[in-house]
This record gives sequence, C-alpha cells and structure tokens, in this order.
Amino acid sequence: MKDYSPSEMMIVRAARELEDGQVVFVGIGLPNLAANLAKRLHAPHIEMIYEAGVFGARPLRLPLSIGDPTLVTGANAVCSIPEIFMFYLQGGLIDVGLLGAAQIDRYGNINTTVIGSYQSPKVRLPGIGGASAISLLAKKVLVITNLTKRGFPERVDFISTPGFLSRKGERDKLPVEERGSSAIVTDLGVFGFDRDSGEVVLNSLYPGVKVEEIREKVGWELRISDQLTTSPEPEKEELRIIREELDPHRLYI
Amino acid sequence: MKESKVLSMREAIERYVEDGCTVICEGFTHLIPFAAGHEIIRQKKKDLTLCRMTPDLIFDLMVGAGCAKKLVFSWAGNPGVGSLYALRRAVEKGIPHRVEIEEYSHFGMAMRLLAGAANLPFMPLRDYYKCDLPKVNPNIKEVRSPYSGETLYAVPPLNPDVAIIHAQRSDPYGNTQMWGLIGVQKESAFASHRVIVAVEEIVPEEVIRGDPNRTIIPGLIVDAVVEVPFGAHPSYTQGYYDRDNQFYLQWNDISKDVASFQMYLEKWVFGVKDRQEYVSKLGEQTIKRLTPPASWSKPVNYGIYR
Repeated sequence: MKDYSPSEMMIVRAARELEDGQVVFVGIGLPNLAANLAKRLHAPHIEMIYEAGVFGARPLRLPLSIGDPTLVTGANAVCSIPEIFMFYLQGGLIDVGLLGAAQIDRYGNINTTVIGSYQSPKVRLPGIGGASAISLLAKKVLVITNLTKRGFPERVDFISTPGFLSRKGERDKLPVEERGSSAIVTDLGVFGFDRDSGEVVLNSLYPGVKVEEIREKVGWELRISDQLTTSPEPEKEELRIIREELDPHRLYI
Repeated sequence: MKESKVLSMREAIERYVEDGCTVICEGFTHLIPFAAGHEIIRQKKKDLTLCRMTPDLIFDLMVGAGCAKKLVFSWAGNPGVGSLYALRRAVEKGIPHRVEIEEYSHFGMAMRLLAGAANLPFMPLRDYYKCDLPKVNPNIKEVRSPYSGETLYAVPPLNPDVAIIHAQRSDPYGNTQMWGLIGVQKESAFASHRVIVAVEEIVPEEVIRGDPNRTIIPGLIVDAVVEVPFGAHPSYTQGYYDRDNQFYLQWNDISKDVASFQMYLEKWVFGVKDRQEYVSKLGEQTIKRLTPPASWSKPVNYGIYR
C-alpha cells in the first residue's frame, strides 16, 4: 500500500524532467504544480512563463485559471499576447513547454478539438489554444496526462497539436524537424518516442505497476523500450512540498 | 473645445452595436467586458459575429441567449473548470439555433488582429504544421517566404465592426490606461472600425497625462467612453476586484441545463436594468470578498522640460 497517489507520482516524475535554468512555458493544473515543485528542489533558477503574458510570476495562491491576478502582482514582467507568441515562443526562447491532452495517439498527436467529425461533432472539445504553437516552437515538450483507454486511441479523430515530428518526415517542407512532443508523463508510467518512426514507446514504469496494466489502457499494440526502467518513488520532501505548499486544498492531487 | 465621448452603456451599445455586425470583446481572463455583454443581450441584439480568443462565460451567455450567428475563437472552455455548455449545445445540437464557427489557435487569432491593426493583407506565423485545422478552416493558408522559400502559414486580417474594451481608467476623450494582463486589446481596438471603452473610473485628463506610457489605447480611435464600476465581474480588474472563481465554478452547473441557464438570464441580465443594479444585487458581502488589499507601485518621474 503506497503512501502516495498516482497523481503525486505523475507530478513528481514530471518535475524531475525539468532542469535548472530552463525557461519553461506553463499552463495551469498539473504543469503548474510540476514546474513549481522543480523550482523548489533541483531547479531553483527555472524561469516560468505563463501563456497569459507573465514572466517570473510569484503567485501567493494556486491559480485556478491561466490568467489569475495572483500571477501579476509581484511578477517580473507582463506582456501582451502577440509578444508572448512572437518573441518568446516563435523567437525560440522557450526550452520546455508543458501540455495537457484530452486524447493522444500512437504518434503522440493530441486532440483537444472534436470527438467525431469536425462538421457534426459528437463532443465539441475546447480547441487548440496555445498548444500547437507550444508543441512546434518550444525546444522540448512534455505532455502530462492520465493514462486512460479513452485518452489513448490508436488514431485521434482530429490532430489539434502534432506529435513527435520524426527525422524521416517531410524534411524539406517543414522547418520544424524533430519538434513536437518529447515525452508523455502519465499516472502509471512515462513514454518517449522512436526518433525514426515517431511512434510512442514505453520507457519507464512506476513502482508496483505492471506492463500489462499499461497495455490494457493503450488502444494499440504498445511498443516497450528494451531499456525499460522503473521510476524511483517520490521522496518525502517532494510529497511534503506538494501537499503542504503547492496544493494544500488538494485540487489536483 | 474637445468633446466628451462619455455615454451610458445603454446608449453606447444602442449606437454602435447593430444587428448582424462583428463584435470583438477581448480580455485574456482579465478585463472581460461583461457589463457590455449583458447590455447586448438586454437589447436583444441578434445575428452577431462574436470574436474572442477564449469565448469564456461572456460568449457562452450571448450564444445561449440567441445573439450569435457566428463565433470566431481559438479555445472554447471554462478555464480550469470544464466546458461552456451553452456554446456546446449550439454547436452540437443547434440549441437555440445553429452557430457557425471559425476556429484558429491563440497564435493565429493574435496574428489576425495584428494584421487587422496594421492594415496588412495577411500575417505569417510558424504554427499549424501537421495540424488538421487548416483542412477545416480554409482561411489558414500555407505560404512560402519570398526570400528563403521556407514554408510558413498565413492568416488573414480580422477587422471587426466594433471593439469593446474594459479597463481601469480613461479620460472623457477615450485615452485609456490599463495594467495587469493586457491580452490583445490594443490590437483589437486598432483593428476595429469603432471602439467602445468601458472603465472603472473616468479620470481627468491630467491623470492620464501624468503617466502617458500607461496609455494603451489613444482617444483618437475611441468612439464612446462608459463609466461602469465592477463592469468586468465575474472576470476581474487588476487592483480593483478579484476574479469570482466561485462563480466560474457555479457556471458549470448553471449553463449545463437550459432551464437553469434561462433562469440565470431572467434574474441577472433581464431582471436588472443596468450594471449598477446588478452590483447592488450581488451585495456588499460579495463585493467585500472580491476586494483585494492594495499593492501600490513606486511612482515614476517624467521630468518637466521647458
């Protein structure tokens, strides 16, 4: 019986992917928790940029929305939306982008647009937002999402955000070779990508999780890395920070 | 003698928002012009093309109330909460009637407004590679650089008929100052044929002239100035009041069901004659809950140069 939840494991694992000094593009929810955890531990000089147009935020409370006023008071800089996308993202200043995903498929393509057809959708999802630009323009992209059967179909109905753009892609046409998602951090394990085919590969399991458990939830014949690792469990300090400082009201964990 | 542009919200909406026109009401989480949105519903405006990067509750309300013919947007959720149910009902089921959608990404919308403001025929950007959106939105086109030959995507300009902006303050001539998240309001104002500015307070010219760097929208392009305290609620105004997160959470249940949605409209939109009445109805306790302690910045010295 573990003394931590799958959500906490996911946040801890995502935080460990971040390195000190990186400039990180953050959304609300799990990405925000992961980035703040990393900042308090091994990456104190990480710079967080919020899509709403805030640099160096020092929020006094956990933001419910991406444009919470607590992000502004005490921040280093506030800028407009065109500036965030043109100068920071397109300009190449972002080391890591953190994304969520409603659905993600065999090649890491993310769908946040529609279930069913675009013209007459069964379910209308929110849409792309900043995700496509983040995926294409950040140097590295981490997707943080729960592993569910509905969330991992073989093919998404609509590509809102492209997955890993393999080397064997249309190299002449696209100046975004090797961009797109780099890793998918879930509540059961971590996936990477085959650099040639662009296919999702299971790289790491969490303690106590079996490969079969993961295979069951993935809607295709999942490739397993021949160097499959087990992620180390969360440490006491990592859990303390999450529970006492970052999410004391347990909104996300 | 300069003429004051001050009007009531009712007059401003009557005069500048016509049935069938294209309206933009920007504000990225911050400064969303809800008072104007409510007045548009009260005046039963219809067939509008509504533009906002994130429709938020303001367009969920206006779509559910039957004001919209079309929606131009890039992300249509209830931030941090879930879906915009009235919007989904219109798109998925045609309730109260079908609404046409024209969808972009945040980057695409921002660049449309930049092109619109700068009088350019298109704006190139490094978005949309390998995405399905260009397949369903023919306005997003592949282009090649005339210099390097590299492939980019282009979006056309967006030039709405009216832009509605909410800000902290303006003088009576429309010189508008805002702080906090500034979103894409400046671009949306310059891109639009008419501009209505709604502010927490109308201040004397001297106050604006005392800090000209803070002026985001010049009076030159403003047609109407409306004084409407608490005009952005349930969104927020930096320094004045907080976002009503409680309400955003409640909205999930209110808009989920047509009956509760209608009840909300009857009570809070049609049941009040203006924002002042809405604020009294909200009550002192709510106002108090949403009022933050102050955090003043250090004044800056511009110098006097004779």
